[in-house]
Amino acid sequence: MSDTAGNGAVLVVGGGISGLTAALEAAEVGSDVYLVEKNAYLGGRVAQLNHYFPKLCPPTCGLEINFKRIKDNRRIRTYTLTTVTSISGSPGNYEVKLETAPRFINANCTACGDCVAACTEEIDDPFNLGMRKIKAVYLPHEMAFPRRFVLAKEACSAETLDAVKAACKYNAVELDMQPKTFTLQVSAIVWSTGWNPYDATKITQLNFNSSPAIVTNMMMERLAAENGPTQGKILRPGDNKEPESFAFVQCAGSRDENHLEHCSYICCMATFKQISYIRAQYPEAKIYVFYIDLRTPGKYEHFREKFMHDPNTTFIKGKVADIVAERDGGVTVTAEDTLTTHKVSQKVDMCILATGMQPALGDAGKALGLKMDGSGYVVSEPEKGMIAAGCAKSAVDVYTSGQSSTAAALKAIQIAR
Amino acid sequence: MDKVYGAYLCTGCGIGEVLDVEGLKAAASETGMEMQEHACLCGADGRAFIEKDIKEKGVNTVVVCACSPRVMQQEFSFGEGTITVRGNLREQVAWTADEASEDGGVDEFLQEMGADNVRMAVTRAQKTALPEPYMLESISRKILVMGGGLAGLTAAKEAAAAGYEVTVVEKDAVLGGKALGWRKMFPTAYPYTTLEDPTIDQLVAEVSQNAKITVKTDTEVARVAGAPGQFNVTFKKTGEKTEWDAPARVTVEEQEQIANGELEDPNKGMKKYTLLNPDGELFGAVVIATGWTPASVNEFEHLGYGTVKAVVTNAEFEKLAKDGKVPARVAFVQSPGAKDTDQDFPYCNSVTSMVALKQANYVVEDNPEDGQAYILYQHMRTPGNAELFYKAMQSKDGIFMTKGSVTKVEQSASGATVLVENTLLGEDLRLEVDMVVLAAGMVPTTLNKAVANLAYRQGPGFSDLDLFDGYADSNFVCFPYETRRTGVYACGGVRKAETMEETIDDATGAALKAIQCIESANRGVAVHPRSGDMTYPDFFFQRCTQCKRCTEECPFGALDDDEKGTPLTNPTRCRRCGTCMGSCPERIINFADYSIDMIGSMVKAIEVPDDDEDKLRIAVFVCENDAYPALDMSGMHRNKMNRLVRFIPVRCLGSVNMVWIKDAMSAGMDGALLLGCHYGDDYQCHFVKGSEIATRRMENIGETLGSLGLEPERCGVRQIAISDYDKIPAIIDEFVEEIIAMGPNPFKGF
Repeated sequence: MSDTAGNGAVLVVGGGISGLTAALEAAEVGSDVYLVEKNAYLGGRVAQLNHYFPKLCPPTCGLEINFKRIKDNRRIRTYTLTTVTSISGSPGNYEVKLETAPRFINANCTACGDCVAACTEEIDDPFNLGMRKIKAVYLPHEMAFPRRFVLAKEACSAETLDAVKAACKYNAVELDMQPKTFTLQVSAIVWSTGWNPYDATKITQLNFNSSPAIVTNMMMERLAAENGPTQGKILRPGDNKEPESFAFVQCAGSRDENHLEHCSYICCMATFKQISYIRAQYPEAKIYVFYIDLRTPGKYEHFREKFMHDPNTTFIKGKVADIVAERDGGVTVTAEDTLTTHKVSQKVDMCILATGMQPALGDAGKALGLKMDGSGYVVSEPEKGMIAAGCAKSAVDVYTSGQSSTAAALKAIQIAR
Repeated sequence: MDKVYGAYLCTGCGIGEVLDVEGLKAAASETGMEMQEHACLCGADGRAFIEKDIKEKGVNTVVVCACSPRVMQQEFSFGEGTITVRGNLREQVAWTADEASEDGGVDEFLQEMGADNVRMAVTRAQKTALPEPYMLESISRKILVMGGGLAGLTAAKEAAAAGYEVTVVEKDAVLGGKALGWRKMFPTAYPYTTLEDPTIDQLVAEVSQNAKITVKTDTEVARVAGAPGQFNVTFKKTGEKTEWDAPARVTVEEQEQIANGELEDPNKGMKKYTLLNPDGELFGAVVIATGWTPASVNEFEHLGYGTVKAVVTNAEFEKLAKDGKVPARVAFVQSPGAKDTDQDFPYCNSVTSMVALKQANYVVEDNPEDGQAYILYQHMRTPGNAELFYKAMQSKDGIFMTKGSVTKVEQSASGATVLVENTLLGEDLRLEVDMVVLAAGMVPTTLNKAVANLAYRQGPGFSDLDLFDGYADSNFVCFPYETRRTGVYACGGVRKAETMEETIDDATGAALKAIQCIESANRGVAVHPRSGDMTYPDFFFQRCTQCKRCTEECPFGALDDDEKGTPLTNPTRCRRCGTCMGSCPERIINFADYSIDMIGSMVKAIEVPDDDEDKLRIAVFVCENDAYPALDMSGMHRNKMNRLVRFIPVRCLGSVNMVWIKDAMSAGMDGALLLGCHYGDDYQCHFVKGSEIATRRMENIGETLGSLGLEPERCGVRQIAISDYDKIPAIIDEFVEEIIAMGPNPFKGF
């Protein structure tokens, strides 16, 4: 496949589970596919998850098979650190301009890791949401594909850069690498740009920044993951205390007209999953779940049922009004129990905010001429060859993402043919 | 092809620092292959080094002893006619080494591990062949869609729009299915506040007028025989019984009983399942969109269905609403559990919450003056954008909603009385209403019927659907479209209770999978999860003993058998897991690049010292999907690894033939271990049954060992997740310690 495969090719923007699915499903029919991802690695949000619900299996297992499919398929070309800058043309014949940010490590990299030893500078680990420091030259995570290091050049002194370059036996460190712009001719574009966790600091009453004991559900995934900042041990950030009590604050930003109007679909199940993480490590810990509705429909109801009768887990129907940091490092969570109409104040060692899904594409989508809805989701216009998939389209779980991105592959092929 | 070998050793990434390069080369030359070294094989210079031999010496079989086969595939891929075999010296050997010693000495045990990996790679190269795809003599590109409701019609329309011919089969007289009875549809666009008029009539018209789509109403599928690319389909009038109906499953034991006259043949008078109907129509792939039926609500006696006249189901209420005006005071009961449980009705998913909101809207719409709708829920399930509709209905006059436990529905003069406890209003409710609507779920048609009607050795339906509540699923989360039958894809209500919007996506996706299956069959390659694999199982039938193990154990029902019981292969049904290869006691099933002889020879290539008690050897067969990557990542973490083990990658544990274990033990190795995926209700095996079947086989071989006077514990299986990389060294150490405690294999050296 060449860069000018032209008519018939499909561009997939976003290399998370939805984009991987759309790209592979189209390529395995026989289409030429370009898959672009803004991060340095494919896999997106699910790569950061410890387990999938309800099977409690590692998402890296599903990513591995998708990466294998990519490696085995000559019809897919992937670009990391790459974003779309402009689109012109018409359905069946789009010209897309893209830009690849410099990785400062070229394709010679063997991932041997010699550069790491030579690097003295550290950065906040983005994969672990800043909960630990890593060297400024790094593999984004164990399963990172492509398996190639990244250099955070701006974080390094000139001496460090020289040392890193000198440490590489394979001439892979390229300090003068520049952003690269290029153009692709494609017939249709699948938008699978996914979601970001809603910014918890915007929900002022939850006082996210007031205590390290308050974490988001994505941070909790990393805390429970063996390749996370605590090697999988759930410890309170700040003082590494083994928590004896936890509060989950559901709908942190979701179902709220001041924040996200929509329901973020996965947070209830994510909380039950995280209860399973806690139970595996702290069989006696007290857990309090503040919720509006427990949205665990269909198959997921069986999973919820396993935890509903846990004597040390309490479910309180009520929206959290306040979280206050306490001197001992814990926090007090206050809500009105809508069933009793009593105010409930619960002191816990650690509090998890079930922050919702903010569509990641945001204003950039509008600038590229996409139709966006009032919540910031991409509205599919298949007749124009613009197709939304997964969480770029609406808040959904991984299973539903699989459906919509497989569907998107067909809509793209229809234009391409 | 006449193989010309070229073997290459990479000394980069630390390999040359901890291993003795000359020793590794010597291990290769024992087999008559001279291995050349290079400091960085994956670099441009290294590749040119190999390409030069390809060009000048005609090398067509390249052995690369370097990093893991999971990385640098592109770099070591030399075109279609050239085979590349990889030996893992980096992740699984060099990176498991201790810190290099001061004197530059080489760890003897590590060196032996590396040398054995070289021997195994060279042996693999000698035993592998270039695969040739299995090509059907003729292929049908037509798609059969079973079910003419929203899902089926959408699948047909979308497949046709991609250029494929489709036949839609509908058992009723008209197309449209359940959606014909809907008065309104849920909102499908922002701001998701207003119900929409149904579009099903338009879809029916589009499909009916589409030249690429053939519609067969009042028709059912009697049987689907054959395989992807050439399914032979027999149609019949709805409700008819014909001799071409799909035969019921007959197990091996039942077959014997029938032969002995002890059991009546359930398929008496019917055409044998292996027969192809000369009047049958050919299709390339099948989409199952046979939908759902309303769930029974009779078991919830306190809710009065069947005894209190005013109690109806949501499906019945929709019909009322479609036909005319609905009553003014209506209670909607979402959860049947009274005070015992807060679950919704079975088979609800989140659809019934939305249905209640929609129908509550009918109540206030039809009764602008006095309409009152009460939605009594435990949890309103309106995920994603459905929340916006919920919000809109909350602010609507006349619609009341509360969490509550509905404890009783009683007959009253005007209709019914509904008793509700634990409400958000702080008091118990006693509602007098004209009608009570129960939020009955949507039962997939696959729950009680073999809707696919396959004429397969393993029976007409999908296997093990009890794990999925009867939905047509086989690997929830990651492989959403795969069923246990290749080329047969499900969508709509057979997959999950879905809204119309979800159904449209789902059906479009199923159409894609059907197309993809046809195109894969046309190229002679496998579908998911070994998509693109050109190999397929090849049977040496002269030696088949008709034991039927392969036909029984194939997780995908790929194999049928003939009158004598000899397997009939259907390569396009095959997922290439090799479970048949693992099952065969005669060892007659092999793939071009993966065979009994190849792995057996690799096992035998491992050098087993017969006089050194410190150098025990354990063969570890590793599932390449999850356990193998976990071993690689353990190496990336520079975890130490026990040096008495030898890793042999396998397609799936299901493909492990017990002869390899015997090969290992008779070669004097001291134990054998399988590393594969978790099995059970939440199985993670990519091929559904592989690790489970392998575990059973290993238990049996343990007994065989026992009869030879060897400890059965010398053979083990461990379940490994891909994320277990930091745990693997200890798991392996523990197994090795047990073997050490047992002492060397007493047959060593014989």
